[in-house]
Amino acid sequence: MNMVDAGGDKQPPAIELRRINKRFGRVHANRDIDLVVERGSVTGIIGENGAGKSTLVSILYGFYTADSGEILIDGAPVRIDKTSVAIDHGIGMVHQHFMLVPTFTVLENIMMGAEGSGLLAPAEMAARARLTDLAETYGLEIDPDALVGDLPVGLQQRVEILKALYRGARILILDEPTGVLTPQEADRLFDVVRVLSGNGVTVLLITHKLREIMAATDQVAVMRHGEVVRSLKTAKTDREELARLMVGRDVLFSAETTERQPGASVLSVRDLGYQDEAGAMRLKDISFDVRAGEILGIAGVSGNGQSELLDILSGIAPLQIGEITFGEDVFTAGRQADPSFLRQLGIAHIPEDRQQRGLVLNFSAAECAILGYQDGPNAGDRIFLDQARIRDRCQKMMVDFDVRPPSPELRAGGFSGGNQQKIVVARELAASPKVLLVGQPTRGVDIGAIEFIHSQLIAMRDAGCAILLVSVELDEILALSDRILVMNDGQIVGEAGRDEADPNRIGLMMAGIDPGSEARP
Amino acid sequence: MSTPPLPRWAEIGLVPVINLTLALLVSGAVIAMLGEDPIKALGVMLKGAFVYPGSLGYTLYYATNFIFTGLAVTVAYQVMLFNIGGEGQAYIGGLGAGLVGLALGGVLPGVVVIPLAIVGAALFGAAWALIPAYLQAYRGSHIVITTIMFNFIGAGLMVSLLGGPMMRAGQMSPESEVMDASTHLLSMQELLALIGIEIAGSPLNLSFPLALLACVFVWYLIWRSKLGYRMRAIGHSEPAAAYAGIRIPHMIILTMAISGGLAGMMSVNEILGVHHKIVMNFTAGYGFTGIAVALMGRNHPVGIVMASLLFGAIYQGGAELDFEFQSITREMVLVIQGLIILFSGALVYMINRPLARLLAAVLPARVEGEGGRS
Amino acid sequence: MIEFLHQFLLTIDASVRLATPLIFCAMAGLFAERSGVIDISLEGKLLGAAFAAAAVSSLTGSVYVGLLAAMFVSVLMALIHGFACITHRGNQIVSGLAVNILASGVTVTVAIALFRQGGQTPLLGPGERFGPITLPFAESLSVVPVLGPFYADLISGHNLLIYLLIPLLPFLGWLLYRTRFGLRLRATGEVPAAVDAAGVSVAWVRYRALIIAGILCGLAGAYLSTAHGAGFVREMSAGKGYIALAAMIFGKWRPWPAMGACMLFGFFEAASARLQGVEIPLIGPAPVDIILLLPYILTVILLAGFFGRAIPPKAIGEPYIKER
Repeated sequence: MNMVDAGGDKQPPAIELRRINKRFGRVHANRDIDLVVERGSVTGIIGENGAGKSTLVSILYGFYTADSGEILIDGAPVRIDKTSVAIDHGIGMVHQHFMLVPTFTVLENIMMGAEGSGLLAPAEMAARARLTDLAETYGLEIDPDALVGDLPVGLQQRVEILKALYRGARILILDEPTGVLTPQEADRLFDVVRVLSGNGVTVLLITHKLREIMAATDQVAVMRHGEVVRSLKTAKTDREELARLMVGRDVLFSAETTERQPGASVLSVRDLGYQDEAGAMRLKDISFDVRAGEILGIAGVSGNGQSELLDILSGIAPLQIGEITFGEDVFTAGRQADPSFLRQLGIAHIPEDRQQRGLVLNFSAAECAILGYQDGPNAGDRIFLDQARIRDRCQKMMVDFDVRPPSPELRAGGFSGGNQQKIVVARELAASPKVLLVGQPTRGVDIGAIEFIHSQLIAMRDAGCAILLVSVELDEILALSDRILVMNDGQIVGEAGRDEADPNRIGLMMAGIDPGSEARP
Repeated sequence: MSTPPLPRWAEIGLVPVINLTLALLVSGAVIAMLGEDPIKALGVMLKGAFVYPGSLGYTLYYATNFIFTGLAVTVAYQVMLFNIGGEGQAYIGGLGAGLVGLALGGVLPGVVVIPLAIVGAALFGAAWALIPAYLQAYRGSHIVITTIMFNFIGAGLMVSLLGGPMMRAGQMSPESEVMDASTHLLSMQELLALIGIEIAGSPLNLSFPLALLACVFVWYLIWRSKLGYRMRAIGHSEPAAAYAGIRIPHMIILTMAISGGLAGMMSVNEILGVHHKIVMNFTAGYGFTGIAVALMGRNHPVGIVMASLLFGAIYQGGAELDFEFQSITREMVLVIQGLIILFSGALVYMINRPLARLLAAVLPARVEGEGGRS
Repeated sequence: MIEFLHQFLLTIDASVRLATPLIFCAMAGLFAERSGVIDISLEGKLLGAAFAAAAVSSLTGSVYVGLLAAMFVSVLMALIHGFACITHRGNQIVSGLAVNILASGVTVTVAIALFRQGGQTPLLGPGERFGPITLPFAESLSVVPVLGPFYADLISGHNLLIYLLIPLLPFLGWLLYRTRFGLRLRATGEVPAAVDAAGVSVAWVRYRALIIAGILCGLAGAYLSTAHGAGFVREMSAGKGYIALAAMIFGKWRPWPAMGACMLFGFFEAASARLQGVEIPLIGPAPVDIILLLPYILTVILLAGFFGRAIPPKAIGEPYIKER
C-alpha cells in the first residue's frame, strides 16, 4: 500500500482544487472548496446526500464548470469544460449509474469511443491485448466476450473501471461505488482499489458510508452543506469522529412537544420484504407498529429502502412479502391495497417527492388540492368536478396554511418549494387521517415553512393520528419522533426511544455500524 | 438553461399565428419558385373559401370533419397518447353508421334511425381504437405503430366488404346500397329553408352543429369531469397519477375508446350527411389532418374549432387553385398542412423557446405561474 | 409439373421485384431506428425520391442523374426530420408525419408545374430507366430442364438496382456490426448517455444514420419510378414505406430477418396478384384482400408479443438530453 508522503516529495499533487465555488440558483452547492490529493493516494470524500460531493466531482470531470476557483492537475492549472478534456488529462470516472450498453459485450463497451480504428476487427484485437494487460496488472479478470447485461453488478462495475483505465486514466473517480454492491463485492472492489493505488493510480472515492472510508482510504475530506469541513488522515481519525463531522449538530430544531400516552397500534407491519426489478432485495424482514398518537421516525441515509417502504405502505408498489394491517384490514401479497382504497380507510400520504408525485405541476393549486381525493365527495358528484367547492376548499387550506400567494387558480409549479409542500400537507391533513405516512416533509423547504410543517405534524399526533415519518434529516427525526427506527440496507438495524436517542449513536447505525461493537480501524 | 414558461395568451394566440405565418411563407416561396404569384394564390384561396356562393358552406363542411378528427387526437393526447389512427377509426365508423342506416332505414322512422346510426359510428370507431389501446395498456405495444397498422387493416377490410358482400347490386364500383331517404341528415340549405332563409347549396349539414356539440362535450369531459381530471393527471405526470390511485391501463383504454368514437363520428358528416351510402376512401386523409388541427389548436376545443375553420378554408380555397392557375393545384393544401405540422408540432421548441425568452425579456416581471388550463 | 414450376418461378420472380423497394426502405428504417430515431417518414422519402428520380431522369435523359437526384431529395427530407427531432428535440412521430404529408403535396404540385400531366411524369423511355439486364447464357441455358428456367427467369433479367442489393446487403450488415461507426450507432440507440460519456456526439451519430436512411430510401424511390415502373404517378409509394417499417419491426430491427420479412411481404403481394379471381377448393374465391393485409396483421400480432418479443432499441423515440 502506498503511503501518503506529504513532506520532502518534490512531486506535485495529482489534483489540487483551490477555492472552488458552484451555485445552482439559490443553492450554494460548493463553497470555497480546497482539496489536495497526492499521486497514488486513495482519498475519500464523505458527506450526506446533498452535501455537495457529486457536484464537486462533476466539476472535476467536466460535467459542470465551476463558477470560480482553480483546478490543477499534476501541478499545472487546467480548464476542464467538457468530459473529453477530463479524459485527456487522465481522469476517469465510474458513475453511480453505469454508462454501459447491456446488449454489448465487455470488449465492445470498453472500446466504444476509443476504438482507434474504423474497423472493429483490428480494434478488437488491440483492445483484447490491452485488456489482458490491464487484467494482469490490476487483477481485474473478466471475460471480454460476455454480454454486459448478463454480468452481475460487481462485474459491470469492473467493466466501468476497465473502461477508464483503457482510456489511460491515472486519476479514477468512484462515485458511490458500493451503492449497488453486496458487502462481498464491495470488499473485492477495495482490494482492486489498493492494487490500483499501488500502481500509482490516484483514486477519489465518493461515499456516504463510513465503513468504506475506513476500509479503503489514506485520507478523507468530510463535506457538509457544500463545504469541506475537515480534511484528515484516515489513520488518525475514527468512525465516531467522522460521523460527528458528517452529521453535524449545529441545527437542532426543538419543536414543542408534550408527553403523551400513545394508544393502540393502528398500523402494523410484519416481515415485509421487497425485491426490485433487477432482482435485488430492497427490503428485508421489516416489522414494526405505529400506535395512535405517536410519531414513529425512520432514520437512514437515503436509498436504504425507506422509499420502497413508503411506496408499499401507500399501495403504489405491490406488496410482495409480509403482511400489513391497517385497523381491521389485513393486506398480503394475495390482497393488494390500492391507493384509493387506502385513502378511504383513512390513510394519508405526504410523498417524498412533491414535484413528481405529490403535485401535478401543470395543474392549478385547486386541482392539486384534490389529487388522490378526486373520487371523493369534496371533489364533486359522480361525474363532474365541483369547481366552486374545490376552489373554496383550496382557498381555505391556503389561508390556514399560509400558502403564498393564496390563489387557488395559480399553477402548482409556480409556487416556491415551501408553498408547494404546504399545499400537499394541507391536502393530506384535511382528510383527517387515522394514519399519516410522511416522506421527507421538509426537503427543499425554507426554515419558516419547516417549523410550520413540524408544528402541524405534532398537532396531528396530539389529535391521535398515527404518524410514520421517513426523513434523511436526522435532526428532523430527532426533533419530532416519539420512537426512532434506523434503516440500513433495507433492514431495521436499530431502535431508540425518544429519551435515549443520541445522534452519534444513530448516526453510526445509519452508516451501518453497530455502535455496541468496538471500533475497528 | 432553463426557459421561462410561455404565457398562456401567447401559447394560445401568438404561437399558432406564428406557425401559420411560417407555413404560409414557406408555401409562398414554393409557389413563387413554381413561377406563380403567391399573393394572388392567397387571394384566390380566400375568395374560394369564403366569397363565392356556397363556398362558406363547403368550408364549414370540411371543418366539420376536422373538428371530429381533431378532437379525437386531442382526447388521446390528454393521456399522452398519440392516436395516429383517426383515419382508420373514421373509416370503420362509417361502416357502423352505414350498417345501421342500411339495416334500419325505412324500417324505423328517421328520427330513431339517425341517432342510432350516430351511435353506431361512434361505437365502431371506438372499437377500432380499442385493440391498439388494449395492446398499449397491457402488452406495451407502441400505439403509434399499431394504429398505423390498423389504418391499413381498416382500409383493407372496407375494400373487401365494399367490393364483396356489401357491394351494390348491378354496380361495378365498390360501394354499398344507398340508404333510405329517411336516414339522410338534413342539409343546412334545407334546414334554413324551413325558416325561410335562402342559402346557396353545399354539403354542409346537421353534422356541423353536432361537431360543435362534440366540442362542448370534450371541453366538459376534459376540464369539468372527474374522468377528464384523471386523464389529465396521467398525461401530466404518471407518477402523480399512480400516487393518486388512478388506474392507468384502465384509463388508457377508456380514453382511446372516446378518441376513436369521436373519430368515428366524422363519418356522420360524410355517410349520413353527404354520400348516403358507404363509399371507398371517404375519409380522404381527414384523419391525418386532425393531427395538424389538434397541434394547431393547441389541444383545446376552441382552438380546434378555429384550426378546423382554417383547414376547412384551406381545403375549400385550395380547390379553387385548380381553376385559376396553370402550375399550382389543390395539392398545395397538403404542402401547407405538412408545413403546419412541421412548425407547430415537430419544431415547436425551435419557436417556443426563443419566443418565451423574448417575451420574458420584453414584458415586465410578473407573478409566476398561470392558471391551469380551463 | 413444368407449368407449375413455371408459375412458381414467376411468382417468386414477382416477389423479388415487389420486395426490392421494401428491402431498401426497411434497411433505411433499420439504420434510423437502431440509432434511436423513429422513422415513419420512410413513406414520404420513398415518394419524394420516386418523383425526383423520374422527373430528373426525364428532364436530363439520364437515369443515373435521376438516381442521384432521388438520393439527394431523400437525404434532404431525412435532414429535415433530423433537424426537427435531433437538433430541436421535436416529437419524432410528428416530424415523420410532417415529412410524409409534405412529400404527398410537393411531389404532385411540382409534377404538375413541371410536366402538366396531372401529377405524373412523362413515360420514361429506354435510357431514362433501369432496364433488365440479361445475364450471360440466359438464352442458351433456358432449354436446360429445371435449372435453365430457374436461371433465365429468376436469376437473369432483373435491373441494376435489384442486383445492387446483392453486394449492398452484406455491406450494410458489415457497416452495422463490423465497423466503429456501426458500434457507436447501435450504442446510441440503446444507451445514448454511454456514447456521450465516451466523448462521442450522439447528435452526429444520429444525423449520419438518417443520411444513410435517406440514401437507401433514394434507391428505393428510384427503383419504384425508374426501374419497376416507367415514370412517376401520384401517391405511387402507396403505403410501401409503412410496409417496410412493419417488415423492419417484424425482423426485430435486424438486417437479415428484416430482409426475410420484406421477401415474405413481397411474396404476399405477388401471390395475391396471382390469385386474383382464382377459386380455391373448399374456400371459394382466394381471399386476396386478406392476403394483402397479412403484413400489417402479422406485425400487430408480433408487437403484442404473441410470438416472440420484438424488443425495439431501448432509447428509441427519446430525444437525447444531456443530463447532470
